[in-house]
Amino acid sequence: MSRYDAMFERARERREGVFGGFLMLGDPDRARSDLLLDALVEGGADMVELGIPFSDPIADGPVIEAAANRALAAGIRTADCFAMIADFRARHPEIPVGILTYANLVSARGREAFARELAAAGADSLLVADVPLFEAGPYLSAARDAGIAPVLIAAGNAPDERLREIARRGGGYTYCLARAGVTGEREGIDLDHGPMLALLKAAGAPPPILGFGSRRKRRPAGRVARFRRPNEGGDAARLTPIQRPRAAEDFSACTESPYRLVRRHVSSY
Amino acid sequence: MRQSGRFGEFGGAYVPEILMPALEQLEAAFLDAQEDEGFQAELAELLARYAGRPTPLTRCRNLGAGVTGGGAGLKDAINEALRDWTASFEQTHYLLGTVAGPHPFPLMVREYQRVIGREARAQILEYEGRLPDAAIACVGGGSNAIGLFADFIGDEEVALIGVEAAGKGLDGSDHGATLLRGSRGILHGAETYVLQDGDGQVSDSWSVSAGLDYPAVGPEHAHLKDSGRAEYVGVEDAAALDAFAQLARHEGIICAFESAHALAHALAVAEAAEDEPVLLVNLSGRGDKDVAQAQKLLGLSA
Ligand SMILES: Cc1ncc(COP(=O)(O)O)c(C=O)c1O
Repeated sequence: MSRYDAMFERARERREGVFGGFLMLGDPDRARSDLLLDALVEGGADMVELGIPFSDPIADGPVIEAAANRALAAGIRTADCFAMIADFRARHPEIPVGILTYANLVSARGREAFARELAAAGADSLLVADVPLFEAGPYLSAARDAGIAPVLIAAGNAPDERLREIARRGGGYTYCLARAGVTGEREGIDLDHGPMLALLKAAGAPPPILGFGSRRKRRPAGRVARFRRPNEGGDAARLTPIQRPRAAEDFSACTESPYRLVRRHVSSY
Repeated sequence: MRQSGRFGEFGGAYVPEILMPALEQLEAAFLDAQEDEGFQAELAELLARYAGRPTPLTRCRNLGAGVTGGGAGLKDAINEALRDWTASFEQTHYLLGTVAGPHPFPLMVREYQRVIGREARAQILEYEGRLPDAAIACVGGGSNAIGLFADFIGDEEVALIGVEAAGKGLDGSDHGATLLRGSRGILHGAETYVLQDGDGQVSDSWSVSAGLDYPAVGPEHAHLKDSGRAEYVGVEDAAALDAFAQLARHEGIICAFESAHALAHALAVAEAAEDEPVLLVNLSGRGDKDVAQAQKLLGLSA
């Protein structure tokens, strides 16, 4: 069973949703990034989503762009990211690791080689932010051939037929946009997810994960908890920590309570 | 999408999924407008009565050769525009002034720019009684060049020459010569040539002209280069400035720094030629915006 399947299974047994955190690999440097990754797990993340920094992240807002720039300024290269993923995997054998990056980094290495290196490092999924379903074919097959789940993005404005195809062709989980716009810029969740989640479920999509950012350092999950009560069609959440913690302890302290809170308040899929 | 948006292996639409409906809507509106006789008639009327087209071809005899002439970085501006659009697409149109970007922009901008080549072709046939030996234009994103080239692509005897910014020299990193020094990649929605390192991190470009200071290029140029139909060369800042000054001195025409790159290459071709070639150069813009900088760079006082 894949790590994602095992995670969703555990959540079903607990009758809870799952909660993940996003961090940019190598931000602010390799050593501190390792500490922050561990803090994410200690804080209670069920899964982690890790960015490989790109110079021109058009799908990201200023917070994640700044994180990518710090990592690049610290000299972090794609190969360092693969090494960090492998180290993380050695420390945390069970937690699902999703990778989020941009098409140019994947194509520079070659899609197949990139996916194989990710798999060798122990990652579970790959989401390429600027590859929509329209261009996804070769990315999907490269990932699947390497044993990596290709995560697709479901946007609330997509026509039903496209959502069904996303459901059919995506793997690992289905990344559902919480709202329009780049990452981390505004609070809140303003797309209407009910119909989309119902359609994805009926089409047999991989479990939905709701992606959003929050400005607040403490208790950023309150809004999510209020937004979605259990059994409303069921979804889970991905938390983008907006405030960069200064130290690993700081980070643990700020994520622990929201992680538990969200887990209890979102239903399992 | 009704079309693939590909020029050979280049192009496509690499954007976040949330932008696809907006691109599809735009593609549909554009393709419908292409077929819409009423729209085309109105456009033709506006070009004639309001924009004063056709633009007359100018002969530049005084330059000695048979030359005829017809910000923060652009990269960061496009990044910001795309980011804005992912939130605002319900109320906002994204207007890209060049042939770069995701489908349908490269196609759409070409179709509205090809009036340049259409007019120039008719006029040069009238004046010279034959097609030019070469059509020469500067290439930033590539719109004025594709506009000039489009109607000559089928004329195999006409050399199509795109002039990139060689900046401070092609051997260093201070240039905007994407097709000459870049490699295949994906930037701003299209598969094309990109100035980048081995990991795919995009490099900063440089040119004395803001419009050529861009580390990617329209995907159709990538295809024209790889298919061999067009040829791309580089002109350094200093040579472009020199051509700018010559055109002003001998013809009284102040052209944009961007266009001066094309002119500089045409002058070099004319000088090297043994006979008198007919060269068609696209003066893509006026130099009003560049006069203050030219005075500084050429060491002149106002
Ligand atoms: C006068 C002029 N020419 C050329 C360019 C380069 O753009 P393109 O290659 O799309 O024609 C610019 C860009 O700003 C310009 O202002």
